[in-house]
Amino acid sequence: MISPSVLLLFGWMIVPLALTVYFSFLRYNLLIPGTHEWIGFMNYQYFLTDPAFFEAMKNTLLLVGGVLLLTVFGGVGLALVLDLPFWGQGVVRVLIIAPFFVMPTVSALVWKNMFMNPVNGLFAHAAKFLGLQPFDFLAHAPLFSIIIIVAWQWLPFATLIFLTSLQSLDQEQMEAAEMDGAGPANRFIYVVLPHMARAITVVILIQTIFLLSIFAEILVTTNGGPGCASTNLTYLVYAQSLLQFDVGGGSAGGIVAVVLANIVAIFLMRMIGKNLEA
Amino acid sequence: MGNIKLTEVTKSFGETEVIPPINLEVSDGQFVVFVGPSGCGKSTLLRLIAGLEDVTSGKIEIDGRDATTIPPAKRGLAMVFQSYALYPHMSVRRNIAFPLKMEGLSKQEIDARVATAAKILNLTDYLNRRPGQLSGGQRQRVAIGRAIVRQPAAFLFDEPLSNLDASLRVNMRLEIADLHHSLKTTMIYVTHDQIEAMTMADKIVVLHAGRIEQVGSPLELYSRPRNMFVAGFIGSPKMNFVAGADASKPEVETIGIRPEHIFLSKESGEWAGKVRVAEHLGSDTFLHVLVENLGTLTVRADGEFDVSYGDQVFLTADPSKIHSFDKNGEAIV
Amino acid sequence: MARNVSPSRKTAITFLAWSIGLMMFFPILWTILTSFKTEAEAIASPPSFLAFHWTFENYLEVQERSNYFLHFLNSVIISFGSTILGLLLAIPASWGMAFVPGKRTNNLLVWMLSTKMLPPVGVLIPIYLIFRDTGLLDTRTGLVIVLTLINLPIIIWMLYTYFKEIPHEILEAARMDGATLGAEIMYILTPMALPGIASTFLLNVILAWNEAFWTLNLTAAKAAPLTAFIASYSSPEGLFYAKLSAASTMAIAPILILGWFSQKQLVRGLTFGAVK
Repeated sequence: MISPSVLLLFGWMIVPLALTVYFSFLRYNLLIPGTHEWIGFMNYQYFLTDPAFFEAMKNTLLLVGGVLLLTVFGGVGLALVLDLPFWGQGVVRVLIIAPFFVMPTVSALVWKNMFMNPVNGLFAHAAKFLGLQPFDFLAHAPLFSIIIIVAWQWLPFATLIFLTSLQSLDQEQMEAAEMDGAGPANRFIYVVLPHMARAITVVILIQTIFLLSIFAEILVTTNGGPGCASTNLTYLVYAQSLLQFDVGGGSAGGIVAVVLANIVAIFLMRMIGKNLEA
Repeated sequence: MGNIKLTEVTKSFGETEVIPPINLEVSDGQFVVFVGPSGCGKSTLLRLIAGLEDVTSGKIEIDGRDATTIPPAKRGLAMVFQSYALYPHMSVRRNIAFPLKMEGLSKQEIDARVATAAKILNLTDYLNRRPGQLSGGQRQRVAIGRAIVRQPAAFLFDEPLSNLDASLRVNMRLEIADLHHSLKTTMIYVTHDQIEAMTMADKIVVLHAGRIEQVGSPLELYSRPRNMFVAGFIGSPKMNFVAGADASKPEVETIGIRPEHIFLSKESGEWAGKVRVAEHLGSDTFLHVLVENLGTLTVRADGEFDVSYGDQVFLTADPSKIHSFDKNGEAIV
Repeated sequence: MARNVSPSRKTAITFLAWSIGLMMFFPILWTILTSFKTEAEAIASPPSFLAFHWTFENYLEVQERSNYFLHFLNSVIISFGSTILGLLLAIPASWGMAFVPGKRTNNLLVWMLSTKMLPPVGVLIPIYLIFRDTGLLDTRTGLVIVLTLINLPIIIWMLYTYFKEIPHEILEAARMDGATLGAEIMYILTPMALPGIASTFLLNVILAWNEAFWTLNLTAAKAAPLTAFIASYSSPEGLFYAKLSAASTMAIAPILILGWFSQKQLVRGLTFGAVK
């Protein structure tokens, strides 16, 4: 009963991965016909010493870090607001959740053209209205722009999870703290935040894993440019593999990405495993 | 019908033996209660009889037939679970009808039996509701109804009243006792509440750490407990235990005397003591009296006994009601 | 909390919450509104919010010019197809793990989830080459296979949690009531698990519809779903905001509606139980 799924997943994971590892040791370029020689770790050497790689790594970390910052702080804030009593809670919740369900290509294009475009975008209109020069977001601050776009998409996810965590907080604990003389700020620091620590950790881990693989937004807005300014590791590997057709080099890059993701995944898996035992 | 016999039955979970060899016989029509503290194995024993757990060794016979390896559905027993285990997506009617449907009875037969059970249990008005729309007591009755329609050889109750509030519990106790008198079917009832045991049982099996401590009628267990555990478990408030108070009987390590068998006086008596806590219930008075050298004794007085904290009282134990126990906690006759 | 919140405070909070909500939703709202404008109005400065000439012309043009409907159909086939296939594989697996747990069940579950953590670029090349050589490139079949495999861990996980929530005393009661395994499955298990299965289905359709890595890299013209189709608008030819908005609105509308129903499942499915 379990075996078909296990076999398929095992196959899905092992076979292509093994092939990637294999290719990474070859000199293999789809544009250059001929036999593929074994060149050992040279692909890795080239990849890891390529200045584009360092730029991509830096961008990857900035991307992930930037989005995490915005979504964690924003998410906690939004969750706190959604937990307060006000009229129309259901509707506001829907409004805040909506961005997560928009497909990445749509959201990227909408932001790129209708907001950030320096001629026709809304931000440009707003700038002109205030008498300022419109700012070409995607040309002058590509990484930052992509961070905004991705954060907008993931903020609802973080908010939902934090809200769930917040609502599982035992009201009696808060009441006890209040009777103990803690004001709202102290209650937040000493009761709410520790309770949410677990949710925050989970959000950070899960988002990190998915954010390492941001792709569509980059493809559709900047194509990694200008230069390598908005290229992350995923896009770099894609460019090498499917644009330059460098199978060998691209495979090496792919393995590097896998290793990176694994490091984060180990922590997440341990948390999940512990939870399953509970 | 309804005769159940356990011979040398044991149960182990992995390495741990939770039930050492047990021998027990339940006669047809008896109301037997398994009672004991949490973790004593009473629920496990019930589940062994039901067939929901397999015995590690030993034999279970139902009406003379070896049922040890027969699956639960085929043993002819019906179980009422602590959480009622009603099917949430089915109406009350379908819940009660389910076992009959599994048996393959005709629609008329099923409808007839469901109607009868509903009438006995006052559920006729609720037949079309779902469990989620019922109160705790009503759900309890649906669970019983589901068991009744099967006309089983015996009913197995697993702490059925634990989830109800106190007043509802008393009512349901009466209802179950009435049910037993009208159906005359064997009932095996598990509880940790010794009051339920005493009020409902024909025969009580007191369990402790998987072992049967004593089997007997309620009054037998009350008047002639075999050891300190049973003596302390049965009877509320608990029996008073006093260490080695009689030098003339050297093998006596502890004596026990129930609170209701101690005579109270403000003027004179065998032991003098000071009142620590006085509980005035109107119908009874319970005093916790600190007696020198003996410790705190619980004493019961009929009606109102006007004392309060710090007053001096005198206690006299009824000599005919003193229980003696040796160093192993066994009763000395 | 039984204490009253003063009306003025509630009003202030309402104002704050609605402002935030509308800000978050604004890009979507703006897209929907723009889809009804003419191209000229779409880039007009100052931009008009509601007072413009409403028109359906963009919707018609998008369909005429680029056979939008084909891509919509592709999205539908791919997301529903991969979800159904995933459910068929996952139900027996989750079943086995939830009701007949073994010593290694937990480890198995964690390992399955870990396959979802694999960065797609790690296997991009082999999959691309295999697909190319087996003719699966730019086919709906190929995409269904890939999407099934990447979402299978989540489907198994979600079904597992739903199956585990069925109190086992109810199954024991059914057994005592004389139900065979088949009857147990038919009359008790499936009805009780149905809501969970529906939720899993819903969430997975959404995830598959929005998937934007494999759908972009493994398709060209024939099997491209909406994700890829919209991506082709990234190199604009002339004025096109209104048409982009129309195409986008049509692409996201179904999922926005479905998504509204699946908030709880989202938390359950994507946090793998680490948050209760």
